Amino acid sequence: MTAVFLGIPTAPAGVGNLRGDRSFPDAARDALRDGQLRANLGHATTTIRGKRAGVVAEVPDWAELREAGRAIKAATMARLDEHLIALEEQVTARGGTVHWARDATEANQIVTALVQATGATEVVKVKSMATQEIGLNEALEAAGIEALETDLAELIVQLGEDKPSHILVPAIHKNRAEIREIFARTIPGVDPHLTDDPRKLAMAAREHLRERFLRARVAVSGANFAVAETGTLAVVESEGNGRMCLTLPQTLITVMGIEKLVPTWRDLEVFLQLLPRSSTGERMNPYTSLWAGITPGDGPQDFHLVLLDNGRTAVLADEVGREALHCIRCSACLNVCPVYERTGGHAYGSVYPGPIGAVLSPQLTGVEDNASLPYASSLCGACYDVCPVAIDIPSILVHLRAEHVEAQTRTTPEAAAFRALSKVMSHPRLWRLAQRAAGLGRFLARGRPTLPAALPPPASAWTRTRDLPTPPAKTFTQQWAEEHGS
Amino acid sequence: MRVALFATCLVDTMVPQVAHATATLLQRLGHEVIVPAGQSCCGQMHVNTGYRREAVPIVANHVRAFAGAEAIVAPSGSCVASIHHQQAAVARRAGEHALADEAEALAGRTYELSQFLVDVLGVTDVGAYYPHRVTYHPTCHSLRLLRVGDRPLQLLRAVRGLDLVELPGAESCCGFGGTFAVKNADTSTAMLTDKMANVLATHAEVCTAGDSSCLLHIGGGLSRLRSGTRTVHLAEILASTEENSVQNGASAPSGTAIVPGRVDL
Amino acid sequence: MSARDDVLARIRTALGTQQPPTEVARDYRTTDDRPLPELLDVLTDRLEDYQATVHRCAPDAIGPTVTAALHGIPGDVVVAPGVPAQWRPAGAIEDDGRPAVDLTAFAATLTGVTVAVAETGTLVLDASPICGRRALSLLPDVLVCVVTADQVVGSVPEGLARLDPLRPLTMISGPSATSDIELQRVEGVHGPRTLLVVLASD
Ligand code: SF4
Repeated sequence: MTAVFLGIPTAPAGVGNLRGDRSFPDAARDALRDGQLRANLGHATTTIRGKRAGVVAEVPDWAELREAGRAIKAATMARLDEHLIALEEQVTARGGTVHWARDATEANQIVTALVQATGATEVVKVKSMATQEIGLNEALEAAGIEALETDLAELIVQLGEDKPSHILVPAIHKNRAEIREIFARTIPGVDPHLTDDPRKLAMAAREHLRERFLRARVAVSGANFAVAETGTLAVVESEGNGRMCLTLPQTLITVMGIEKLVPTWRDLEVFLQLLPRSSTGERMNPYTSLWAGITPGDGPQDFHLVLLDNGRTAVLADEVGREALHCIRCSACLNVCPVYERTGGHAYGSVYPGPIGAVLSPQLTGVEDNASLPYASSLCGACYDVCPVAIDIPSILVHLRAEHVEAQTRTTPEAAAFRALSKVMSHPRLWRLAQRAAGLGRFLARGRPTLPAALPPPASAWTRTRDLPTPPAKTFTQQWAEEHGS
Repeated sequence: MRVALFATCLVDTMVPQVAHATATLLQRLGHEVIVPAGQSCCGQMHVNTGYRREAVPIVANHVRAFAGAEAIVAPSGSCVASIHHQQAAVARRAGEHALADEAEALAGRTYELSQFLVDVLGVTDVGAYYPHRVTYHPTCHSLRLLRVGDRPLQLLRAVRGLDLVELPGAESCCGFGGTFAVKNADTSTAMLTDKMANVLATHAEVCTAGDSSCLLHIGGGLSRLRSGTRTVHLAEILASTEENSVQNGASAPSGTAIVPGRVDL
Repeated sequence: MSARDDVLARIRTALGTQQPPTEVARDYRTTDDRPLPELLDVLTDRLEDYQATVHRCAPDAIGPTVTAALHGIPGDVVVAPGVPAQWRPAGAIEDDGRPAVDLTAFAATLTGVTVAVAETGTLVLDASPICGRRALSLLPDVLVCVVTADQVVGSVPEGLARLDPLRPLTMISGPSATSDIELQRVEGVHGPRTLLVVLASD
């Protein structure tokens, strides 16, 4: 069953950051030429892979935790409506207000109106994929509200007028020297002798943001988890910028995808083990904040939770693809992906890059709007191996390729070729003839061991960088039959 | 044991010497080898490119060709993984439940070469002789879908004369990925370049693996660079003995090591 | 239809009538049976691994240990209202509920904790009187937490079981840190840059 068939809308175009303007192969071609980018990514992903492997190996029951994580998410999705209603009741009972948004446009309107109601013209933000996805900063800016990103990497991206390229470390494509340059250029009053020592750079960010935290009246956050039975929300972070935003302002607005839910408090005992080890490669991240509604005398006294659909229910309608909603955004799959490591995140065109992006973005937008992404993988399976909730990303990629193929109304040359080949390969007599025809390729080689590099497309895509051996005169089965009869 | 050899479409058509080597090896170990004539392809390329409906008749052909076989062996981790993980699923999705059941039963009797040797036959020393410096690339589907683990290395370590060198970054994908190599040729080439750099850093004469598809890709790149390092399938190394050693013409492209007298190029 | 009804209706349509099984097998470890002294050592090791400083002492020596730990830190110390008198260093000021941002005037904070998880080196503060409101453990640059042996558990599941999910909770594992520059961990960003832990046991 698919969303199209059931009439469930996908994420609308024209708002948010789920669609690129180029196909993956085109965008990747440019990225691959950027030697600095390749070096930065290679260095960063190698570092984090090693750290993750170390702290995962420490946990004797990792496989059991992973299975529990998978099962909890599957169970959550199976009763998503009931859990959301429970969450709404709990949050409301504890003094919060729950809003529902069908899509990015509606969510942006809700948040903008809430900020406007406070009279504030600036908000501080905790890094949040959901608000990146819906383009909230752009929407707020259009309404005359300045949104200040407070996560170090998000700040680097914002100051550099860049785009995030990783779900955990949005500035992973920048090295320390480039970050120093951005800070020196854009932070008013920054120490002119600022060096590229990461510690010095972090201190510069602390200085820059301190005053803004203290004067902020409104904060916008995402949520890593929401517990349906208690109304507890969780933000997992490292720097303390999250705590600043969740604690100091009077008003807190949390935007959360509807899939971020877990049914029970106890479920967090699984995810708080899986997430930090998979994402930053730490046994536990420095800070996790948990709150339920409002607490008199402590933290924001006005709390709003915006529950976002924006294509998620369309994903839920696909029995194979819905597993992508289990993602806890740890980014382990990006860090091990050989494609991501070489192209970086921008090539994916969406705020969700890497293997999870390649299965999530096309489902949120409808596969035809991100049709090249399911093919942006060699299906090596490294993502599935590290995923802490065991999302079988390669199988979903293959499934989405089929969805794309089956969505075509006209026969493409590729489809014609594959259909013909299917017929041939399912009839041994035709197959033998076809193999013999392939063997004729040897005449192109004129006695050389490899075929010429200048072949017509699509063969040229291979031979541009790789030799193709000259086909043998006889296939194995042919020769075997000659020698052994049959 | 009577072993049915599934050559796979790629080996059968492009690198027949790998299937010959597999047959020679199994015969040398005292087993009877049969090559069912109706065989063509496992259907993986269709499934992985999005043509899962079109894969169903190919799966049906495969099941027909190997019906009744006691044990099926293929010199390819990737094809065996597809037989294990994809064939029944695409049949079931198409509503062909009887075919799916048959495919499942067949998958239970289908083995990748190194698994068959180590797990079923219980041998690691196959009596091979191969006096070369060799590095081993664990192909992704052997590694992560079939979990062949160190079985190929166990087999290689027992080969007389063979100098086995560890491949740095061994577990990274070589960038083949079926139609990925063509649809995302630039990224594929970038991955290949890093794989080749690691292979060349070992100063091995030969890079081996359990999949001819990946070897065709790595070997095609090494050959284009005129690197002098060639690719040879694991089966060819294991088939090689003092009496019948695998030769390589100096100018033969990687992936086309030939068993003398078998193929007239 | 309201957005709420719309989204809920979409979910029901998407799920259809057949719902997948919802049992969850919890075969992972939920207890850690290592003896307490070992857990205390693990906690110390994990805290130090993330650049916290651990001072171990007997339960009756908490006060002097806190004072010694704070030695050399210039500026005033603020304590959570529930912190016992014996723990407080001389001259410490009790949090009087002033506006949160004014807490930046203090150099250091002293609080207790609710529970400590050895395996991950995590301290949990639950905004109870002994832990103080959340801003208290956030704004001053030095945070001193007193942990008593009875508060230490081995694993994350044991830790969560001791917490009240309705309270504002802060889990702290080392000083604030970032890995945002080349994925290398750097300690000390917006939260306290120094974490001192006084671990009291017999
Ligand atoms: S798909 Fe899995 S590995 Fe990738 S970010 Fe999500 S949870 Fe992490």
